[in-house]
Amino acid sequence: MLVRGRTRPTGEWLDVISMVCAQRVPVVEPIDLEPEHLDVIRHCRGAKSVADLASALELPLAVVRILVADLRDRGLVKIRRPRTEGLADIRLLREVADGLRRL
Amino acid sequence: MVYGDCDVPRLGGDVRQLAGGIPQLADDDFDPAPDAVKILVAGGFGVGKTTLVGALTEIRPLRTEEGLSAPGAHIDVVTGVEEKRTTTVAMDFGRITISENLVIYLFGTPGQKRFWFMWDDLSHGALGAVVLADTRRLADCFPSIDYFEHRERPFIVALNCFDGAEHHDVDEVRRALDLEARVPIVVCDARERASCRDTLVTLVDHAIDQIS
Repeated sequence: MLVRGRTRPTGEWLDVISMVCAQRVPVVEPIDLEPEHLDVIRHCRGAKSVADLASALELPLAVVRILVADLRDRGLVKIRRPRTEGLADIRLLREVADGLRRL
Repeated sequence: MVYGDCDVPRLGGDVRQLAGGIPQLADDDFDPAPDAVKILVAGGFGVGKTTLVGALTEIRPLRTEEGLSAPGAHIDVVTGVEEKRTTTVAMDFGRITISENLVIYLFGTPGQKRFWFMWDDLSHGALGAVVLADTRRLADCFPSIDYFEHRERPFIVALNCFDGAEHHDVDEVRRALDLEARVPIVVCDARERASCRDTLVTLVDHAIDQIS
């Protein structure tokens, strides 16, 4: 029942490192929300990546993507896409390299 | 706020508690989220991807089972039968927090062609890849190298030195892999955190060289 036999989420493709953040909304109708939807909301009160959610909930990425897309469609979470253009950003890359050297 | 005997949320404030409970939500529309970058770890089965990710990650390394339900199911060359579509493959996942503003995510999955649909998903926007290789089974990393060469993604080859004593002739490996001179080859020990870290540094430096 969890994802009702679906294999693809609705709408825009969700990157595994897209950040998901629960939104406060006045009223949520319980219609067609599964316990796992609520688990996702619980885990992303502070922004969490799709991959982090999969890890925390011990669910496959494909399932988490569908759950997150459902919540997004209902306005219950917001998504922030990764800055892929950041990969051409030398400053960001240097920050990554320097950060790794400090480990 | 209390109405009668029950707690009722403020409109525009917290989510109404349902039976079973939708949790209370954050006040901000979007919690400050760090910049996230992806680094991929590729290579054949048993080459040490799980070990490498495990040596670096600050969280319990995750092995999610991802369903192989992609279109165009693989036909097994040996048996000639179509692979069952419910097969799962383990994906290693790890996280390194550099600062409150920057997090690195590591993803490892097998490099064989039939898993490439997963790579297509993971490699979008990835900083680059470490192709792990075992000199005793060098051919196992060919598909991974193929993948990143054709997509012109920054990658390096890391020779996992399992016994710590085996001598690796990097030039010989470069010839065997027919690898361009600009692609770095390093020797690493996937069990050693420092060695894995240095391997990632080499990859990031290589990615920087590619765009400078």
